[in-house]
Amino acid sequence: MFSNLDFDVVRRSLGYLFLDGMTFTLTLTALATLGGIVLGTLIALMRLGNLPVLPKIAAAYVNFMRSLPLVLVIFWFYFLVPYIGAWITGAERPIAVGAFTSSLITFTLFEAAYFAEIMRAGIQSIPKGQVAAGYALGLTYPQVMANIVLPQAFRNMLPVLLTQTIILFQDTSLVYVLSLTDFLGAASKVAQRDGRLVEMYLFAAVVYFAISFAASSLVKRLQARTAIIR
Amino acid sequence: MNYNWNWGIFWEASPEGVGTYLDTLMVGLRWTIVTALCAWILALVFGSLVGVMRTLPSKAAQRIGNAYVELFRNIPFLVQLFLWFFVLPEVLPQAAGLWLKQLPNAPFWTAVIGLGFYMSARVAEQLRAGINALPRGQRMAGTALGLTTAQTYRYVLLPMAFRIILPPLTSEFLNTIKNTSVALTIGLLELTARARAMQEFSFQVFEAFTAATLIYLALNLIVTTGMRLLERKVAVPGYIAGK
Repeated sequence: MFSNLDFDVVRRSLGYLFLDGMTFTLTLTALATLGGIVLGTLIALMRLGNLPVLPKIAAAYVNFMRSLPLVLVIFWFYFLVPYIGAWITGAERPIAVGAFTSSLITFTLFEAAYFAEIMRAGIQSIPKGQVAAGYALGLTYPQVMANIVLPQAFRNMLPVLLTQTIILFQDTSLVYVLSLTDFLGAASKVAQRDGRLVEMYLFAAVVYFAISFAASSLVKRLQARTAIIR
Repeated sequence: MNYNWNWGIFWEASPEGVGTYLDTLMVGLRWTIVTALCAWILALVFGSLVGVMRTLPSKAAQRIGNAYVELFRNIPFLVQLFLWFFVLPEVLPQAAGLWLKQLPNAPFWTAVIGLGFYMSARVAEQLRAGINALPRGQRMAGTALGLTTAQTYRYVLLPMAFRIILPPLTSEFLNTIKNTSVALTIGLLELTARARAMQEFSFQVFEAFTAATLIYLALNLIVTTGMRLLERKVAVPGYIAGK
């Protein structure tokens, strides 16, 4: 049953798999994490602030995104982004948007909802007295947030943020539905070209497992090290 | 924006030859629900077994449980689905592989098995957290009363642990529903796949996806409300969730 397997196909396509595929996956993961955390923090601040309407909008956005399957959201943005682009630039017809840009926008906006919930928990874990102390010292709202609350919130939530990044890394494989060449997409293209589905998918699973497992073990160690004993 | 809106499209006949586009979406919704429910049963059964194993006194059981969870959590669901669908029939003995390939409704069964195992690791993680959240004294009290380990779990630990983890289990069930959409890659014609097909046949992209979005939102709302009722019903007086 294993006699007709040929793992040489993996060796022959290593360059394509990692230089094209894995680079795409890692770039998308890194940029979407960065964008997601920035946008997520803003949404969390909106949700926790006491301006009118904004908290409701932020909450609605988070709940809306979190109740949709990622696959559907990927399709949505794939078709919607060209129209939005045309609307922004005032063009007559939908503009051409690269697959990478489209998926980056999708993942940033989608993951921002999840990062927002994490940051909200982080901000809420800071004692109220610290904020009050900041105001008593004469700091403004942006100063209190930037110098007192957010640094601590990030530190407390770092393990959770990183865990969410690992989930995001695994989720990027779903760009397969747009036939993009991420790591899984590359593996799948070679698999179909050479008729070596078993070898390529097993290899892809091993690589994803190795990266995610190593990363989550590191997060666990970090968690033990940065934990504040209260 | 020059996009031709046509909300009447849902009442037009779909090219499948049976019913309107709306009917197509509803059949998709039925597949989504059936797949999610079957996978959820599997996830609860295996997740409970593995979750309990990870809290047993036996080191070997703990290790097996941990390995199981790590295996299913660290591989993307899409890749797992491909392993079940494309790889498993090839590495089984020939007769068994052939039988698997010829199974009617293969995408459905693969999605149920794949999603069930994938979610079971998450259920196991939640249940372990729930059992560990109970005071140590409860397990000891069970032992002191002369209960066996199995009895302690059945009558003391699990009834409370499951109540504690009901809210996270609700979101895991919602995740199960959402994850069924990944199975469109192996040809399961669930809700997202039907919306996609409708878009391809009718070119009404945004109507199709809006309908799918609204259906998912409604599904979410129903599940969340139902689970909240269940939470209230099984709450134990004296705990925060109880009255």
